[in-house]
Amino acid sequence: MAPLVPSSQPWVEKYRPRQVKDVAHQEEVVRVLTNTLETADLPHMLFYGPPGTGKTTTALAIAYQLYGPELYKSRVLELNASDERGINVVRTKIKDFAAVAVGSARKGGYPCPPYKIIILDEADSMTEDAQNALRRTMETYSKVTRFFFICNYISRIIEPLASRCAKFRFKPLSEDVMSNRILHICNEEGLTLDAQALSTLSAISQGDLRRAITYLQSAARLFGSSISSSDLISVSGAIPEDIVKSLLVACKSGEFDVANKEVSNIIADGYPVSQLLSQFLDVIVNADDIPDEHKARICRKLGEADKCLVDGADEYLQLLDMASETIRALFNIPQGLVF
Amino acid sequence: MLWVDKHRPKTLDKVIVHEQVAQNLKKFVAEQDCPHLLFYGPPGSGKKTLIMALIKQMFGAGVEKVKMENKTWKIDTGTRTFDLELAMLSSSHHLEMNPSDAGFQDRYVVQEVIKEMAKSRPIDAKGKRAFKVLVLNEVDKLSREAQHSLRRTMEKYSASCRLILCCNSSSKVTEAVRSRCLNVRVNAPTEDQIVQVLEFIGKKENLQLPFGFAAWIAAQSNRNLRRAILFFETCKVQQYPFSANQVAPPLDWEQYVSEIATEILSEQSPKRLYSVRQKFYELLVNCIPPESILKKLLTELMKKLDSDLKHEVCRWAAHYEHKMRLGSKAIFHLEAFVAKFMSIYKEFLCAAFG
Repeated sequence: MAPLVPSSQPWVEKYRPRQVKDVAHQEEVVRVLTNTLETADLPHMLFYGPPGTGKTTTALAIAYQLYGPELYKSRVLELNASDERGINVVRTKIKDFAAVAVGSARKGGYPCPPYKIIILDEADSMTEDAQNALRRTMETYSKVTRFFFICNYISRIIEPLASRCAKFRFKPLSEDVMSNRILHICNEEGLTLDAQALSTLSAISQGDLRRAITYLQSAARLFGSSISSSDLISVSGAIPEDIVKSLLVACKSGEFDVANKEVSNIIADGYPVSQLLSQFLDVIVNADDIPDEHKARICRKLGEADKCLVDGADEYLQLLDMASETIRALFNIPQGLVF
Repeated sequence: MLWVDKHRPKTLDKVIVHEQVAQNLKKFVAEQDCPHLLFYGPPGSGKKTLIMALIKQMFGAGVEKVKMENKTWKIDTGTRTFDLELAMLSSSHHLEMNPSDAGFQDRYVVQEVIKEMAKSRPIDAKGKRAFKVLVLNEVDKLSREAQHSLRRTMEKYSASCRLILCCNSSSKVTEAVRSRCLNVRVNAPTEDQIVQVLEFIGKKENLQLPFGFAAWIAAQSNRNLRRAILFFETCKVQQYPFSANQVAPPLDWEQYVSEIATEILSEQSPKRLYSVRQKFYELLVNCIPPESILKKLLTELMKKLDSDLKHEVCRWAAHYEHKMRLGSKAIFHLEAFVAKFMSIYKEFLCAAFG
């Protein structure tokens, strides 16, 4: 394999914590798992929480610390949504892997406990059938195999599976923790980031550390080693404040055609509408001159439009509909025609 | 060769419209490396041009030697095996495909092709460019499963391949994929920029442009550069030297839709609805996307409506377009919209004129 150019590795991978104790902000999990490292005793685990909070990192780190590089390959099975995980795979691949018994050969200072680990990443995208098929497998082979389930939404994991695991919620990272981590990376990479840029970065990434690091790397590549907050906004795909404001101003004018023109411009400029809706929501909620009833009506429409977008509806029509409803809410015109 | 292709900028330096974006992309060329990229923007704004220029500058002329192949993959899902065929363009440095063509099986294509690329990694003596570029078009049309399976695959194989994703609306790409890419927004060129491009082409082709002619075309084009250039070429074929008041025909399907709009406005009855149905069928048979028909119809109707009515009509247009996306037969929803419109309009007329 040809050697890589050093910069080609994403920082997200480069700075992924290799040890459980380095995982930021998730104290309970870290405490339980450090304990595990000493006693080599491990329950089935279920990690859930929003993206970018360190779930996969923790699972990989503990597996690595338990087995070390040599045994890792034979003791750990990592399956994620990109692998086929239908009921058939559960019945064959997972079962076969789970059934093999292993000894506790202590090697090179790693605990190497006498069980294997199966990591099911993005488990919420597994079908219900596949999850059901796992129930008995988990119990039968619990002597020799531990399961790690990782998911964003715990509600999509069937109850029987969830009740067999120790559950850990991964919380979104607080601003301090995130700033610390970001500053650490900046030091390593020789970047300068002022306080304002740092707080912008925390704000736009909303507790998702992976997103923050990706933005930081993109900005570093595009704008060199000193990064300002506007650079970060431009790589993050956030929409500039004045665009959102001007849409509201157009709606306040009460003229449908003015709003239509503004909407067409936004679409032609290629701004993502789902992003626009969420930023528009912020502006509406924080506006002082709009009565609460009107706000409620607009927010309801925003919700509907967002759902339609998720279903794949056309961006232009949804945004136009939203703008038209906003006008009607602001001027207290009822929906439907009254003669 | 069409002017659109002939005058497409081949390198990032020659890009006229998106200079800022091109400047940024040039930094990747200098580094000989790039992160995963996601280009998004309306049609005809120049996404593909930028992507091709970037790849070409990164790898040199080698990427122009492309071959088109229909590749067949053997997919083994455990329960059954089947063959999946998909057309793709490839050179020694990059691969380009349209995974959504595979329909609901798109996720196998995405996984297979990326894994295969990771296996056969190009080796360069200098240890540079040790990756291939995979260009995926229309990622917004990928199924949710396929996008999910992209997530980890993108990370796992990041050493051996870079993905360049290209789509119209980034709302339809999942957050997980977006956050793994550097997002590049390609806005539609402004009318002034279109004028600039048209004048540039005019000079290259040795044409005399009467004053205001380019501006007129730009105004017609809806900020779609490709359309503006095609339209420009049509005008040239039709009549040269240009005259300032030359009338070039609008696209014939748009003409057709505006006829439908006039018909609906002049009479609202089941009989008229029936005659409109024929026209919709004709449009659909000619592969005009139903959402374009609906949007164009809405624009045409809007021109002649009272402002109260506009709110109501646009609400229903959005409603039926959404339903159309969820359903599978577009004609029902188009007709439902027309029927709804007729009922609203008739009610309005009765109230206004008794």
